[in-house]
Amino acid sequence: MIGPREPTLDNSDTWLVVPLYNESSVIFDVVSEALLTFPKIVCVDDGSTDSSAERAEQAGAYVVRHPINLGQGAALQTGFDYVIRDSTARFAVTFDSDGQHLTADAARMVERLRNEDLDVILGSRFLDNRTSASPMKRAVLKLAIKFTNLTTGVRLSDAHNGLRAFTVEGLARIRIRQNRMAHASEIVAQIGRTRLRYAEEPVHIVYTDYSRSKGQSLWNSVNILVELILK
Amino acid sequence: MDPQLLIKLVLLLGLGAIALLILWPGRGARRLALRRISLLLLVACAAVAVVFPQLSNAVATLFGVGRGADLLLYGLVVCFVGYVIATRAHHSRIDIQVTELARAQALAQAVEPGSIHG
Repeated sequence: MIGPREPTLDNSDTWLVVPLYNESSVIFDVVSEALLTFPKIVCVDDGSTDSSAERAEQAGAYVVRHPINLGQGAALQTGFDYVIRDSTARFAVTFDSDGQHLTADAARMVERLRNEDLDVILGSRFLDNRTSASPMKRAVLKLAIKFTNLTTGVRLSDAHNGLRAFTVEGLARIRIRQNRMAHASEIVAQIGRTRLRYAEEPVHIVYTDYSRSKGQSLWNSVNILVELILK
Repeated sequence: MDPQLLIKLVLLLGLGAIALLILWPGRGARRLALRRISLLLLVACAAVAVVFPQLSNAVATLFGVGRGADLLLYGLVVCFVGYVIATRAHHSRIDIQVTELARAQALAQAVEPGSIHG
């Protein structure tokens, strides 16, 4: 019996794009586990100073190495360019390297792209109650969504979720210029501008102690705002 | 009438000129020429102020500013703001170029997609 929500294909036409920066302690496990669902994973090593790139390679990922640290936005764009090189690629999923995303969520999003007339599916933490975030974090994220919805014309419930699934056609129309953190808003803005057909999918974010210690501090929302306004 | 009105207007005009210079979409040559002319003017003003220090006092009084030193300070502030903004713009252009270069290099060295799993 095949479970109703399990993807039936082997996802060999799908790339997982993983921006990677100093995650040597977890990247091997993240890649190994994701490979069970997605046979093609490209890790864009953003000038890590630890052994992240080697660990990702050992786990079986394709690794593209930035010679210097450029920022997550640049890493994503490099990953997109890499995926577009592969003529057999039909879908790409952006996936975080710290283990906070679930491959089951990613697989479900690709499955939706296969079956529905959409260009992009964005993960959302706030469509159901599975994700637990602190009230402060929740408030800041809500504010960010308000800002994004106001400035881009795209209606979303979660603007800064790293889990996104694109068709290759959709991907080719995205061009990330914001190197640092503001790229999430930029992607949303470009989805609005290029009129990609989008939908949201509820996803679960695993806030472990590890991801919390590495993750977005609230100070980063200040940085994002400044980057968006001052370019 | 506000005795400082004149200097306020002049300083605001200076800041406005900086804003215009930054937002001006014009072509590279004109922009560069404008930048060079304004720099030369600045040097000329500085030279005049060095040779005739009492002149800055006279000009300051004309604008309703107490002393020439104050006028120089105000001028310095306006120039500094212009410098900061111009440097920032230059910096972000360089940033974009470095990014493109590094990304191109990374992709050039990467193994072909499909080479691992066939």
